[in-house]
Amino acid sequence: MSPSDFARNPGTPFDPDWFEGHAVNTPAAERRAAQLPARRSLKKTYQAAWLVNAIRCMDLTTLAGDDTEARVKRLCAKAKNPLADHILTGLGLERVTTGAVCVYPTMVRAAVRALDGSGIPVASVATGFPAGLTPMNLRLAEILYAVEEGAAEIDIVITRAHVLGGNWSALYDEIAAMREACGDAHLKAILATGDLQTLSNVYKASMVAMQAGADFIKTSTGKEGVNATLPVSLTMVRALRDYGARTGAKIGFKPAGGLKTAKDALNWQILMNEELGRDWLRPDLFRIGASSLLGDIERQLEHHVTGRYASSSRHALA
Amino acid sequence: MPTVKEILDSMDYGPAPESSAEVMGWLGARGAFGQYIDGGFTTPADTFATENPATGATLAQISQGAAPDIARAVDAARKAQPKWAKLSGHQRAKYLYALARSLQKRARFLAVLETLDNGKPIRESRDVDIPLAIRHFYHHAGWAEMLADEFPGLAPHGVCGQIIPWNFPLLMLAWKIAPALAAGNTVVLKPAEQTPLTALAFAEICAEIGLPKGVVNIVTGDGRTGAALTAAPVDKIAFTGSTEIGREIRRATAGSGKALTLELGGKSPFVVFADADLDAAVEGVVDAIWFNQGQVCCAGSRILVAEAVANTFTERLQTRLSKLRVGDPLDKCTDMGPIVSATQRQRVAALVSAGEAAGATLVQCEGQLPAAGHFFAPGLLIGADPANPASTEEIFGPVATLTTFRTPEEAVQLANNTRYGLAASIWSENITLALDIASQVKAGVIWMNGTNLFDAGAGFGGMRESGFGREGGREGMLAYLRGPSPKPRPEASASFDAAPHPGAPGKGDPAIDRTPKLYIGGKQARPDSGQSYRVTAKGTEIGLAPLGSRKDIRNAVEAAHKASGWAKTTGHNRAQVLYYLAENLSARQREFETRLREMGANPAEAEATIARAFYYAAWADKFDGAVKSTTGNMVTLAINEPFGVMGVVCPDDAPLLGFASLVLPAIAMGNRVVAVPAASMPLAATDLYQVFDTSDLPGGVVNIVTGPKDELAKTLAQHDDVAALWYCGEAEGRTMAEAESAGNLKATWTMSNRDWTDAQGRDFLTRATQVKTIWVPYGA
Repeated sequence: MSPSDFARNPGTPFDPDWFEGHAVNTPAAERRAAQLPARRSLKKTYQAAWLVNAIRCMDLTTLAGDDTEARVKRLCAKAKNPLADHILTGLGLERVTTGAVCVYPTMVRAAVRALDGSGIPVASVATGFPAGLTPMNLRLAEILYAVEEGAAEIDIVITRAHVLGGNWSALYDEIAAMREACGDAHLKAILATGDLQTLSNVYKASMVAMQAGADFIKTSTGKEGVNATLPVSLTMVRALRDYGARTGAKIGFKPAGGLKTAKDALNWQILMNEELGRDWLRPDLFRIGASSLLGDIERQLEHHVTGRYASSSRHALA
Repeated sequence: MPTVKEILDSMDYGPAPESSAEVMGWLGARGAFGQYIDGGFTTPADTFATENPATGATLAQISQGAAPDIARAVDAARKAQPKWAKLSGHQRAKYLYALARSLQKRARFLAVLETLDNGKPIRESRDVDIPLAIRHFYHHAGWAEMLADEFPGLAPHGVCGQIIPWNFPLLMLAWKIAPALAAGNTVVLKPAEQTPLTALAFAEICAEIGLPKGVVNIVTGDGRTGAALTAAPVDKIAFTGSTEIGREIRRATAGSGKALTLELGGKSPFVVFADADLDAAVEGVVDAIWFNQGQVCCAGSRILVAEAVANTFTERLQTRLSKLRVGDPLDKCTDMGPIVSATQRQRVAALVSAGEAAGATLVQCEGQLPAAGHFFAPGLLIGADPANPASTEEIFGPVATLTTFRTPEEAVQLANNTRYGLAASIWSENITLALDIASQVKAGVIWMNGTNLFDAGAGFGGMRESGFGREGGREGMLAYLRGPSPKPRPEASASFDAAPHPGAPGKGDPAIDRTPKLYIGGKQARPDSGQSYRVTAKGTEIGLAPLGSRKDIRNAVEAAHKASGWAKTTGHNRAQVLYYLAENLSARQREFETRLREMGANPAEAEATIARAFYYAAWADKFDGAVKSTTGNMVTLAINEPFGVMGVVCPDDAPLLGFASLVLPAIAMGNRVVAVPAASMPLAATDLYQVFDTSDLPGGVVNIVTGPKDELAKTLAQHDDVAALWYCGEAEGRTMAEAESAGNLKATWTMSNRDWTDAQGRDFLTRATQVKTIWVPYGA
């Protein structure tokens, strides 16, 4: 399980007053999202440190049909040593690891074995990822299976139909049942925002997920047409802030699927810091779901250390 | 520099300074600047320092322009103008295009220079000022190209004197110079003494692209230089700056025949309804009042928030305020830099203190301000009542007032409770409500769910004491063009003899006496003076007309205000009334012809007046606004709105047609009019009210006050509740009308008497309306 300074979200009874009638103005959200990276800039050592922090907050992920145990083992090796030694030394750091490794349920055991002793938690997607349209009993069984296999975090997907049909209580019941199935494992609710389309839907679904006890809210599976974007993330972190203001609970946020470049990693951290604050730059409240992002960050950090532009062929494959 | 490990703990942003090396090198090489006149720089003389407001350090020495400099610059512009205007639109377009391109190629340099001189954060100069300035030149390269096709029959004014403020130095230069040049004018521009540097860099760019000598002249200096430019023999003055100076310029140019546009101060409302996206509105405040240190004429400086969400909104706003970073404007992480000068900083501080003294609570961004420089912590004055000086005075700094409202109606009342009318922000997710409020707020620019949105294609400019004229788009081009001037004609002169004259006019058996009265609020009214004056024609008395005075004007203006429903009726309804008026006039055509003949006027005026009523009935539902092509996902509407209550002082000639030529276009657009008819021949106009009464014209839409023209005109000009004044008359009266209109900066149109047979057209409607630009961003 991931170490956390913060108490888990106990959830609340379902209460649509917390989100019904809440409108999100899309052009305004887009404007704020566009301004955020323009208002803050990170240079030199500061940029390097923030990139290292992005690694600390990363759920290094493989969710492909051709995943094998060997592939997962290789990913875990990278999670334990995301940066080449000379980069680490150049940065004056001893040890950096990713925040977690994220895999399919049948890969959990391999991942747990590979990460043994590293302290890096294994996250598993579940509940019929990515579409979530398998029968409820099977979805719950999948959670139990993944937990049994050793997953400390479960990234569930929601039934998008509940959102599109405005069936909020059904959404609440579904996530609450999943939360119960998770037990001690933390629940990350993937909203698949690319399917929900409107920011108002995103806000409402976020609030329902938190009422139902989600520890994290997460944007995307990585399989939707549009994955994490800054306006969607802005909307979710504001929902998270509003939930916190009502309950005192600190909820985590995980953008996934849209972050490819070191610049993206900085932009999302700026979003967290500006909209929420320092606490949301820690891995227990912020995760980046990514596969290829680490490679770009590693190249940027090598450049910082050596002053020369880097080649990915010189870095260990994830 | 801390280590990576330390930063991983603090997660500070660290410094991210933009380099100023190249700009400092340029400044060092120049040392002192002369005036840019006729394509070259003069030897620096009588210099003063321009400073970096963030540090107080001197950046360069600037020359104080004096009257001889202005004279030389105006001469150079005058000499260059005919040739410049004679170039094809395409040729002028090529120059404007080259200016746009060159600005783009110097974008970083100009952004850094602007930030050094003005103190605004580099993010703003880089992302807002410079790109908008470039866009302005591109847009106007297009207008230059299309000029002959799109503005047939119009000509440039000639030489334009342009005076710009220090808050957006290069952008305001672009707003002034681009349309002027596109239209074929040449210019003498005076930048603000606090921020002359980007204008001087622009002068070098003009020289670099080979702009013909004398087309652009830049003369630096303080207010004295501006006053010299205002007094110089130029054809137009365009001014952006404070309302106070705008008023002085209005007085100084009165009667000079110089065209004038003024873009002045504001105290713009920022209205947050309960159904708004409050986070969006909070961020809107950041872009409104904590943008450019609040030194923005259209800043949303009066926050009005629905009581139902006031607490939540205020809390969130305070949280957001605490996140602002105030400091080195060259740092890319800075949200707010210093105020432009020590004087301005003191002024801001004094007004904020006055606001506190009057009962508002000041909340400011915490944190250490830099020791040097003119920094002022951004903040809010919470609970500032409408009577609080901070709610009425333009602070021009990073502090907004905040107060609450209960209903949409109250929101409109509070929003309009100001002498200004530049801009307004309206926040609501209900488009029905938001458009309703937009239609009622008196402001030239309205942003829905947004603020400080600008584009070269959209008109920008104010109502009320925020000035008149628009910059940007087609309406902005019109401000740099003029139509042909009709040939002036002399007027009659009237005498106001109120004493009885035995023997006139009755002969033998008396006819039943007809007593013309004033026409106020749809009713005939006796003049307050209790007197009538003798109306004569060819030496013979033909009747008595009421001798109107100040109080009658006051009553007429009040009545006109009560008829505000006229502006809300449909164009179709107004057309119906005008057609009906023509119909009824036609039925009594002979009677009017007789009256005209009796007064020594041309009886053909009756027929022409009927045609004029038809003409403006035709226009009443067709003077359409426009949808502007501006930024992405945006509907930008340009709506032609009536001024409201207008004064119309008619020629002392063409007693029926002159009156109709001015009054009909005004009311066709929804204005209500207080008209002063031909003083020596008022009876055609007083006969008209019976026609009005039978034509379903609502009471108060047209009010007629007969009497001494200039005395009544003066009362109208000085009346703070009259929004516009048209005055036809001799030079002395025109000067008076313009000068006296400075009080509330009403829009004026003064003209000489003319041949009225062809006095109709689109221009009359343009003059009878002001453009309201409404920005509506959209997105699912």
